[in-house]
Amino acid sequence: MISILRSLWLVFRHLFTRRVTVEYPEEMPYLAPRYRGRIVLTRDPDGDERCVACNLCAVACPPDCISLQKMEDADGRWRPEFFRINFSRCIMCGLCEDACPTYAIQLTPDFEMCEYDRQNMVYEKEDLLINGPGKYHEYSFYRHAGKTVSGKAKGEAAGEAKPVNVKSLNL
Amino acid sequence: MNTGHADIAMTLLNIFGVLTTAVLLTALLTWGERRLLGFWQDRPGPNRVGPFGLMQVVADMIKLFFKEDFIPRFADAPVFLLAPTIVMATTLLAFVVVPFSPAVGVIDMHIGLLFFLAMSALAVYSVVLGAYASGNKYALLGGLRAAAQTVSYEVFMGLSLMGVVMLAGSFDLRSIVMAQENGWFLLPQMLGCAIFLVAGIAESHRLPLDLPEAEHELTAGFHTEYSGMKFGLFFVGEYLSILLISALVTTLFLGGWLGPWLPPLVWFALKTFALVCLFILLRAALPRPRYDQLMAFGWKVMLPLALLNLVVTGSVLIWRG
Amino acid sequence: MELVSFYISALIALMASLLAVISRNAVHALLMLIVSLLAVACIFYQIGAPLAAALQVIVYAGAILVLMVFVIMMLNQGKAAVDQETQWLARENWLAPASLAGALLVMMLYLLWDSASRGAAARSVSAAEVGLAMYSKYLLVVELASFVLLAGLVGAFHLARRHTADSAASTNNAASTESVKSARGVR
Repeated sequence: MISILRSLWLVFRHLFTRRVTVEYPEEMPYLAPRYRGRIVLTRDPDGDERCVACNLCAVACPPDCISLQKMEDADGRWRPEFFRINFSRCIMCGLCEDACPTYAIQLTPDFEMCEYDRQNMVYEKEDLLINGPGKYHEYSFYRHAGKTVSGKAKGEAAGEAKPVNVKSLNL
Repeated sequence: MNTGHADIAMTLLNIFGVLTTAVLLTALLTWGERRLLGFWQDRPGPNRVGPFGLMQVVADMIKLFFKEDFIPRFADAPVFLLAPTIVMATTLLAFVVVPFSPAVGVIDMHIGLLFFLAMSALAVYSVVLGAYASGNKYALLGGLRAAAQTVSYEVFMGLSLMGVVMLAGSFDLRSIVMAQENGWFLLPQMLGCAIFLVAGIAESHRLPLDLPEAEHELTAGFHTEYSGMKFGLFFVGEYLSILLISALVTTLFLGGWLGPWLPPLVWFALKTFALVCLFILLRAALPRPRYDQLMAFGWKVMLPLALLNLVVTGSVLIWRG
Repeated sequence: MELVSFYISALIALMASLLAVISRNAVHALLMLIVSLLAVACIFYQIGAPLAAALQVIVYAGAILVLMVFVIMMLNQGKAAVDQETQWLARENWLAPASLAGALLVMMLYLLWDSASRGAAARSVSAAEVGLAMYSKYLLVVELASFVLLAGLVGAFHLARRHTADSAASTNNAASTESVKSARGVR
């Protein structure tokens, strides 16, 4: 009996507590910068695509929603011929972002991706690419990597020693 | 001759006024309940359609009207059609005896209280027949529960009111209100009021005593097979009976329209509104008991208490002379 | 005016009773019986017995017949029961009781005709009067009736009581009717 009255009183008191509902379309919820939402492909500070089509994201993806094909440019850079994310399968887990060695694939705080047609949920590379470096402003993979591309010979990358002629060590 | 016409016009106005107000308030109550439940659960409740979500009622009505009106192949069609109308008819008829204010109220029946009990007794048929006619096992289980629950709780619903009848010396609701001029019956009849409230919840099968519907075990209980406006009638009937029980508690225990400063009708409305809120609070706060607990509680706790209340009230009245 | 409403309710009562007898579906028959009881309650009210009318509705229509519907609902009779009922409604079955009832009707009509000239004193009987009459003039009858009810109550309690010996046997069938059967079987 006492417990019934007590629970009545406790529930009644909630009339004067703040409500927890966020009235979504009028009142946008706060999303942290590292919120895991829509996936984008970023560019490096020079404006080139960061993605090197290494396929690590596609391997890490639990629902297998990423598919891409590698191609090699004339200047020696790797880039994806096509890069396709099926967002009707994507679970926004962020494992692709973790797997990416070049910070190319990044998740953004955006979740409003409703479509009437399921086919529209399949995003191509043109839909995914953004004009910016995303969360990592300065990073450019080819400046750090040892790979030779046109305009950057071996040993010119940041933090890289000049190539050593192994035969010169033979004193 | 002229006064006769005026009387008839007055009566008709009363009848239509009371009935339409009751039905409109019921519609409003479906919205009010969801809003209040929302506030008690730290959320806003329906607030999209119209100002404060008031038009939600209209939206729901449109939805109910345009839903397919389906009669299952295995149903007993005439009874299936009849059942939802009973609850509306009996509950609206019971409003006839409620005195809303000195001027408002359809009739003053000298057995008004018994008339209410009779109507609430007949309202069971709605559930039982609806459950039987559906030809569905969940509906049948709900109907069995409803029949047992309502018949049991009816017993001490009547008994709990007899204390009031003794104090007022009348079954007429108007004279019961008048007898409370020197103090509400809530004080001398606190036990009777509590028992009547519990019985009222059970009779209108509202949460926490909504075992005939008990959606987590019986799908939707007795109205599993009902859709569209037929379901709507059950729904409206339930809210009507909340209003009715609240209005009766106001009349019998809270002094009806009596109160200082404000006009009588406002007092009546305020008291009834507070009780309706209590009903909704009960729904928000309390879990549903098990079925055997409900029956045991009714027969082993409420019935003896009602009898005790009756005996004590009678003894005190005789002792005072 | 009163006479018209009396005849209307009487007609409804008669029709409903007739339909209750000849209806083939048990639940439909019960519904008709309820209508008939309600019509009789209306008549009670009109001839000045409001308390009797209210109790008729509360006790008979509201409680006893609910239990009847309850039982019939649990039996769940289907088409077979309707067929059986149709078979039982053959003429040789209803002719004899109907003619006997007809004879009674003729006798009652004659008596009514006879007493029509005398004119029954119709006046309204209040609830207080009924109470006073019951607990003074008819006190003995009330006490006797309460004895009968008490006996019924004790009997029901005895039948529904679970014995410790066969409680293990009847745990499977929780329904009270089943446990009553098993309790009988043990004895």
